[in-house]
Amino acid sequence: MAELVKEPEKITRFTFLRNGMRAFVGLMLGVVGGWTAFGARKKNTVWQIDPMKCVQCEHCSTSCVVSPSAVKCVQSYSICGYCQLCFGYFQPEAPELTSAAENQLCPTDAIERVFVEDPYWEYNILEDRCIGCAKCIQPCEMFGNASFYLQVRHDVCVNCNNCSIAMQCPSDAWVRLPADKPYMLKHKQAYPMEPQIELSLTAHLPKRK
Amino acid sequence: MRPLTFISKHLAVLSILLVVLGNVMAEPAADVMNFPQPEFTSGYDFPLTTVPEPTSDLREWIDVGVLFIVLSIASWLAVKRRSRRGLFWVMVFSLGYFGFYKQGCVCPIGSIQNVALSLFDTNYAVPMTVTIFFVMPLVFALLFGRVFCSSVCALGAIQDLVVIKPIQLPKKLTMALSMIPYVYLGLAILFAATKTGFIICRYDPFIGFFRLNGNAPYLYLGAGFLIAGTFIARPYCRFFCPYGVLLGFMSRFAWKHLTITPSKCIDCRLCEVSCPFDYIEKPNTGLARENRQTGVKRLGLLFAMMPVMIILGGWIGHRMSIPLSSYNNTVFLAEQVLAERINPDLEETLETQTYRSMGTSEDELMSNAIRIRKIMNMGGWVLGGFLGLVFSIKLIGLSVSREQKDYEVIKPSCFSCGRCCSYCPSDDMHRLNFMPGTPTYNEAMSLRDPVYIPPEQDGKGDAEGEGDPAKKGEKKPAAV
Repeated sequence: MAELVKEPEKITRFTFLRNGMRAFVGLMLGVVGGWTAFGARKKNTVWQIDPMKCVQCEHCSTSCVVSPSAVKCVQSYSICGYCQLCFGYFQPEAPELTSAAENQLCPTDAIERVFVEDPYWEYNILEDRCIGCAKCIQPCEMFGNASFYLQVRHDVCVNCNNCSIAMQCPSDAWVRLPADKPYMLKHKQAYPMEPQIELSLTAHLPKRK
Repeated sequence: MRPLTFISKHLAVLSILLVVLGNVMAEPAADVMNFPQPEFTSGYDFPLTTVPEPTSDLREWIDVGVLFIVLSIASWLAVKRRSRRGLFWVMVFSLGYFGFYKQGCVCPIGSIQNVALSLFDTNYAVPMTVTIFFVMPLVFALLFGRVFCSSVCALGAIQDLVVIKPIQLPKKLTMALSMIPYVYLGLAILFAATKTGFIICRYDPFIGFFRLNGNAPYLYLGAGFLIAGTFIARPYCRFFCPYGVLLGFMSRFAWKHLTITPSKCIDCRLCEVSCPFDYIEKPNTGLARENRQTGVKRLGLLFAMMPVMIILGGWIGHRMSIPLSSYNNTVFLAEQVLAERINPDLEETLETQTYRSMGTSEDELMSNAIRIRKIMNMGGWVLGGFLGLVFSIKLIGLSVSREQKDYEVIKPSCFSCGRCCSYCPSDDMHRLNFMPGTPTYNEAMSLRDPVYIPPEQDGKGDAEGEGDPAKKGEKKPAAV
C-alpha cells in the first residue's frame, strides 16, 4: 500500500518564500478590508441640499453626473403666497403677466402657472423639464416667501459616493441624510390657516382637487 | 402686491418658519412671511411636495452578487477552461452591465479612494458594498491572478475590444510609463485622505462613454485612449490604472494563475506573438550571460542608491506639496481670501463671496488651510519616498536576471485575457487550431520557415501569416 501514501511535496526555499509572501499579502488585505468593513456604514445614506445654506450658485445644474441634473426646484405649497406676480415665474420687467416665453424667468419653461381663484395662482414645477439652475429661487427668496428651493430628487440621483456637486458647493450645503428620511423640506407650521395636511415622507403623490 | 424690497435676503429667509423634515435640529424660527398665506374660498387643498424615495440599497447588493459571479466565471474560464472565447463573452457582458447599465459606478478602481478616506478619516463611513467591491477583485487576484482585468472591469473591456493591430513598445518606454500608475495611486490616496477630491473618478477617461454624456475634454481624452488603444493595447490599464498596482502585487503571489500551456512547454515559440501587451517572458537559457563581477557591482550600486532615491523622491514630494494643496477647496479658498486682501482690486469670486456671506471666522479658515497643507506636506514626503523606493526596486528587478527556461506569462502584469492559450499546440482543447490549413498552422509553418506561403489565400490568418515574418524574425531570442 505504499503507493497510496502521497509523497510530501518538496518545499524549496523559493516555494517557501512565495507561500510566506502569499500568506502575508492575504493577511494585509484582510486587515485593510476588515478595518474598512468594521467602520463601514451600516445604514444607507443619501445626498441632500440644506435649503438654509444654499446660495443658488448654479453649480447644481452644471456639475451633476446625471444630465439634466438630479437637483430640481421644489415648491412648498404651504408657504407659497400664490402671488399673481410671482417673482420666481416672471422676468423682472415682464411685458405682461402671461405665460408667454418672453415673460418667463425659467429657461426651460419648467414652471406651470395655474389659476386657482382671484387673485391666486398656483405654481407647479415640472420636474422633467427642471435643470436645477436655481434662477427662479433667488428672486423668490429675496422678494417672495421662499417657497421655491432646491432638493435632490432621489428618483434621478444615482447617489455617487463622492458627489461632484457637493465637491463644488461653495456654501457646504450638501449633507448626507439617512435613506429613510431623505428630504429637507420647508413647511409652514403654526400659521392660522394651516391646512390640515399630514406630512408623511412616504406620501408620494400630492393631494390634488 | 408690492415686493418688500427693503427686507434683505437674510431677513426674508429667516422670516419663514421652517420645519426640516427628518432633521429635528435645523429650524430657525420666525413668524413673518412676505406675503400671507392665501385664504381660499373655493375649497382649494394645498398639495404636498412630492418626495420620490431613493432606490434601495438592495440594488447595490445585487451588484456585489453579480461581481462575485462574474469573477468566479472568469476565474474558471481563465485558469481551468483556458478559453479566450468564453472570456471574451464575459467581457462583453461586463461592459454592458458594469459599463453601460451601471454607468461605470461603483467600480473597484474608484473604491480605492473610499477605502483610503475611511482609513484616514474616522468620521467617514464607507458603504459596505464599496468595501466589498474593493476587496473582492484583490482576493481573486491573490487566488487566480488578475481575472478582474481579463473580463470583469468595464474600463478594461472597452479597451480590449479595440485592440486591432497591437505594436510592441520599446522596453525602456514601457519601463518609464509603468511608473505612472504608482504616482496616480499615491496622488489618489493623498487627495482622498485630505478630502481634496476623488481624482480617479474625475479623470476616468471612459465614464463619459458609459454615461453617454460628459464634459468635452474628458470625452476627447477617452476617444484618444481608444484610438491609441487600437495599436497600443490597453493603454489605460497598462500605464495608468492605479488599481492595477494593487492587483499586480496580489497576482505576483497568485495561488493558481493562467498559464500559456497546460502541460510542458515545448518552446515552439508560437505564443511569442500572441500577447498584445508584451507580457510573455521568453526563455533566456542560450543567451550569453554577463560577467558576474559587473552584475554584483551594479547591484551593489543600486542598493546603495536606494536611500538616496527615497530621500530625493521625498524631497520632491515635499516641494510639490504646496501646489498640490491648492487643489483642496479649503486651501484654495484661503489663498483666494488672502490674495483679495493683499490686492483689493481683485474681483470677488463666487467662493469668497459665499464665504463672507456665511460669516465664518477667518482664523478658522486659515487654521484649517494650514492643517491641510501640513498633511499634504507630510503626504508629499511619504508619497515621494514611496515612489523613490518603487523606482529603485524596479531598477533592481531589471538588473537581476533570473533563469527562464520556458515561455511564461509575467504574473504581476498579465491580464489573464487568455489570448495566448489558443496558441499552444500542447493544449488538447486548442489542438484543433493546428490542423493543416488553419491560420495558426500557417503561422506556425511560416515561423519555422520564413518564406512559407500558405496554400490558401483567404481569411485573416493568412494575412497575418504573410505580413508578420519580418516582425517575428526581429523578435527571435538570440539563440534558442
